[in-house]
Amino acid sequence: MLRPFALHRPGTAEEACGLLARLGDDAVPYAGGTELLLLMKLGLLRPRHLIDVKRVAGFDAITDGARLTLGAAVTHRAVERSPLVGRHCALLAAVARHVANVRVRNVGTVGGNLAFADPHSDLATLFLTLDATVELVSGRGRRELPLTDFVRGAWETARAPDELLASVRLTPWPSGTAATYVKFGVHERPTLGVALALCRAAAGARVGEARLAIGCVDARPARVPAAEARLTGVAVAELEDVAGAVAEAAAAAVDPADDLHGSADYKRAMVAVFVRRALRIAAARARGDVAPAARFPHAVVA
Amino acid sequence: MIDAGARVPIRLVVNGRARELAVATHALLLDVLRDDLDLKGAKRSCDSQVCGACTVLVDGLAVSACTYLAVEADGCAVLTVEGLAEGDTLHPIQRAFVDAGAVQCGFCTAGMLLTARALLDEHAAPTREQVLHYLRGSLCRCTGYRKIVEAIVAAGGGDR
Repeated sequence: MLRPFALHRPGTAEEACGLLARLGDDAVPYAGGTELLLLMKLGLLRPRHLIDVKRVAGFDAITDGARLTLGAAVTHRAVERSPLVGRHCALLAAVARHVANVRVRNVGTVGGNLAFADPHSDLATLFLTLDATVELVSGRGRRELPLTDFVRGAWETARAPDELLASVRLTPWPSGTAATYVKFGVHERPTLGVALALCRAAAGARVGEARLAIGCVDARPARVPAAEARLTGVAVAELEDVAGAVAEAAAAAVDPADDLHGSADYKRAMVAVFVRRALRIAAARARGDVAPAARFPHAVVA
Repeated sequence: MIDAGARVPIRLVVNGRARELAVATHALLLDVLRDDLDLKGAKRSCDSQVCGACTVLVDGLAVSACTYLAVEADGCAVLTVEGLAEGDTLHPIQRAFVDAGAVQCGFCTAGMLLTARALLDEHAAPTREQVLHYLRGSLCRCTGYRKIVEAIVAAGGGDR
């Protein structure tokens, strides 16, 4: 059961920000409700006002240009099906196809996912490899900050109470990038997410730049510069030779805690295993091979 | 703004029948269907969008009615399991479930049927992989998945 609340349905960002500024801590932005309504049902959050952002002009838009912009109220389903996303970042569409379950994807939004900052988010991990920035608007103005600065910890962001997450902007990888996202887990939310992009790795060439992000095992997802450095400049044909060092660097970079998903040691071991697997998949894609047919139990490969 | 506690008029079409209701902002679609409209097919189980027992279709899309505000369905067509059959004639998906023996305790069945309906509306003849992907998050605690998957593939005209 939910406790009663007032529902606001602003049509513009200005109107929504005005409400947030006026109502303060009594109000929360609301879109798909896939996270918010759960906490409200449990009584962990008791907002007196919900500000529905789904009718805010432009919030459901996906636009391209120098960067790919996803409005905060764009659903996972819309990301999965967007021709623009497919053209600029096919992997993102594939990841969206595997978020949670079909019911969550039909109503859950990109903005809600990021603003909630659940440590077990697929999108945040992938977005780190796409140099994501988020756009925050308020009555005081507009600011853009890197996703790494926005997500501060588990369920904690840099959003001020009067600010609204308006959009996320991504920088698609250059053509010739081979990438994958692999997640693993037996619970509803993933135990581990690994996003890996090998940029400018046309067949036979070397890795120009590597991007590796690990999610779910720490309070917030993070890139692993030490592992990325191990991959830069490596010939595609020789990626297997550095797989061990890359996996080790990734495992050393995380600082997991024991919880229902497993012990800290287990998670660290799985980081090494799945980084190695992600590298094998991305390397195969870089060579133009069909991705390895091996199916990993309890894992999803996008 | 709709005040807390105020009842909002909504118009929706439930299983082909136009309905006008007055609901509170915090009313969940599942409770409105079960308690106001006496449609008990959708079940409350996990109450957190994990299990699929409360699945209904809103404008053709599967949603968890347990975590969906009734006011969001204003102006929409809602399909529950009670609206699948035409009179005494079972929907082909229901027929396929019967033929495959895809029902054990029956608690998950309504959600499974509606999830299958949404899938078949998108892919008329889904592959086994497409069925498995779509059913992620639809739990059968009798673990009767094999026959459920077989039934849905068969309902699409595919080879079991």
